[in-house]
Amino acid sequence: MNIGTLARKFFEKNGVGMALFMMFGVSFWILFLIVLPQLTMVDFSFRFKLPPDAIGGPQDVYTTTNYEYFVNGNPGNIDGWNRVDVTVFWRTLIAALFVTIFNFVVCYPIAYYMAKVATGSWARLLALSLVVPYWINEILRAFAFRIIFGDAGLINTVLKTIGVIDSSIDFIRADVALYAGLGYAYILLMIFPLYSAIESLDKNQIEAARDMGSPWWRIHWRIVMPFAKAGITSGCTMVFMLSAGALAAPQILGGPSSLWFTQIIYQGFFEYFNWNRGAAYAIILLVSCMIIVLSIMKLFRVKMGEIGR
Amino acid sequence: MKSGVGVELDNLSIRFGDFTAVRNASVTIEQGEFFSFLGPSGCGKTTILRTVSGFQEPSEGVVRIGGQDVAGMGPNKRPTALIFQNLALFPLMKVWENIAFSLEVKGVPRAERRKRADELLELIALPDQGDKLVDELSGGQRQRVAVARALAAEPQVLLLDEPLSALDLKLRQHMRTELRAIQQRVGLTFIYITHDQGEALTMSDHVAVMREGVIEQVGDGKQIYDDPATAFVASFVGENNAFAGTVKSVNNGHAVVSTAAGDLPARIATAARGALQPGDSAMVFVRPENLAVAESGAGGDNHFAATVANEEFEGQSYHVFLKAEGGSEIKMTLTNQGQSRAPSVGAAVTLSYNPDQAVALPSGALSDQE
Ligand SMILES: Nc1ncnc2c1ncn2[C@@H]1O[C@H](COP(=O)(O)OP(=O)(O)OP(=O)(O)O)[C@@H](O)[C@H]1O
Ligand SMILES: [Mg+2]
Repeated sequence: MNIGTLARKFFEKNGVGMALFMMFGVSFWILFLIVLPQLTMVDFSFRFKLPPDAIGGPQDVYTTTNYEYFVNGNPGNIDGWNRVDVTVFWRTLIAALFVTIFNFVVCYPIAYYMAKVATGSWARLLALSLVVPYWINEILRAFAFRIIFGDAGLINTVLKTIGVIDSSIDFIRADVALYAGLGYAYILLMIFPLYSAIESLDKNQIEAARDMGSPWWRIHWRIVMPFAKAGITSGCTMVFMLSAGALAAPQILGGPSSLWFTQIIYQGFFEYFNWNRGAAYAIILLVSCMIIVLSIMKLFRVKMGEIGR
Repeated sequence: MKSGVGVELDNLSIRFGDFTAVRNASVTIEQGEFFSFLGPSGCGKTTILRTVSGFQEPSEGVVRIGGQDVAGMGPNKRPTALIFQNLALFPLMKVWENIAFSLEVKGVPRAERRKRADELLELIALPDQGDKLVDELSGGQRQRVAVARALAAEPQVLLLDEPLSALDLKLRQHMRTELRAIQQRVGLTFIYITHDQGEALTMSDHVAVMREGVIEQVGDGKQIYDDPATAFVASFVGENNAFAGTVKSVNNGHAVVSTAAGDLPARIATAARGALQPGDSAMVFVRPENLAVAESGAGGDNHFAATVANEEFEGQSYHVFLKAEGGSEIKMTLTNQGQSRAPSVGAAVTLSYNPDQAVALPSGALSDQE
């Protein structure tokens, strides 16, 4: 079928007015909200930081300075390379990976329970109880975690009262609060793709495997997880991308010494007012995340098309 | 391969909340036989099978497999393998991996699993198809893969939940023969569920006919067909013309029942011997193929008058639809013998039958299927 017939079908099916409106809406969305801002950022990242009156002048040429800075740092620094930024970059990616794995481990049983075990009003209540906390603003939730994990917070108080510890544990410095906060922030984005993937699995397949003597872990490993592969990938992708790109949680819950790469990007933009370097860093993060996600998809043989479902 | 064992249901009742899906079911299934549960949709067939395989605990009663009470034993511990109504093959595994799944569970090395799967593919006449995905097979092939997958687990009892219902008629008939052949080759006990009576009668050594959770009769195909135990069985299995009335006289295993179509004599079904007394309400069942058009003017108890309403020619036979006196609708099947024509529409005819081929039973609910 060629584009001409496709277009005609589309107009016939939706009516001219609706079809035009949809085409306009979708193009506007893609162009102005997705393509142009990203292109502007890419453009920014390849330019020098210039005073406003020099922009567009003879000095305003393309350069890779901002990317080189990420690797080399200031000329003549002690390490010979940009130790701080690169270390934070790797730490952020690895931490985001762990947050993702941790999230999956926590969410998979919940999603499975909701999809295949819980029934009727109990299942609905469960879904509601997962959603309700998200009615509260993300920043407030992060502060709530700070209070729970703080020196005189709930957890320390309880542990001290029952005598497990003598003095408070600094959960904030140990980044426990950060990981917990990040993990919690994206739980829904993990649970729902998992849930909808597992939901559509025929219960008889699970029973058939059980009938053939399979222990529960093998049922999950061989039947449920392969079936839910697309849902697992899309949940993990979202959680990974969003935790790597999170700003509020690291800002509020991060220990004094630990930086998240997004905080460095933020500093570039709003503390050094170097938008060009900030843009370059943001693109480094975006591209790295995409490469990681695509290689993991390749590894698990998931196609892009399966994820959208 | 292991040999089959018997299965015994002892006064089994299964309830879901207030709803009783199976009531006081007692059946003895001999080892190595092909046993069918036959009944309309929703009568509790699947529930019984799930109870035998261990997915459902009985509310009352005992299931014995090979003489052993299996209460509390999980499906993975029982020597049964269940073939699901929708087959439940694993779509993401290759055919051979599906078949060898139970061996994988047991930790059998891969090469050996493959070998065993290939043997079973041979058995189900699908050699060299092991590397396909399940989706790439036809319905009948998939069905056979499900059988092979179940056999690979070396069960002693194979439980089949209407595995043929999704197939078209031709394939279904073919698969029946094949299933029966596989059963005779491997010598396992097969418990087969169907709502298709033709299927039950052609394949089974014994059939249990169920209605609304109750087993109404257990017997071989001929008993079920020729000597039904209840009005429901008589009307559900095969086609039957039913005449309701009251018993006029009982004599030597035969009864005469006064119906709207006249006084009709019939043999009393074995299960109803002694239960039918003059004055009881009763039904006489005469099968379409046991009716004949009598010589005009012929008379006698086993004759009644009817008017031809319609006829269907079906090659080897005619189906003639008539209305008897009192309005009951009657179907008569006549063999096509070439020259003779079926009576024409509107004609008044006298029908006759052999009272030994008609059955008298106490009145009861009839099957609502056509
Ligand atoms: N888990 C359950 N909870 C409640 N009711 C159930 C459950 N399983 C079955 N039933 C009910 O028990 C009755 C018998 O169901 P069953 O599945 O055994 O029927 P069936 O004879 O196999 O029918 P079909 O030929 O349509 O498969 C039905 O009325 C059904 O609604
Ligand atoms: Mg069923």
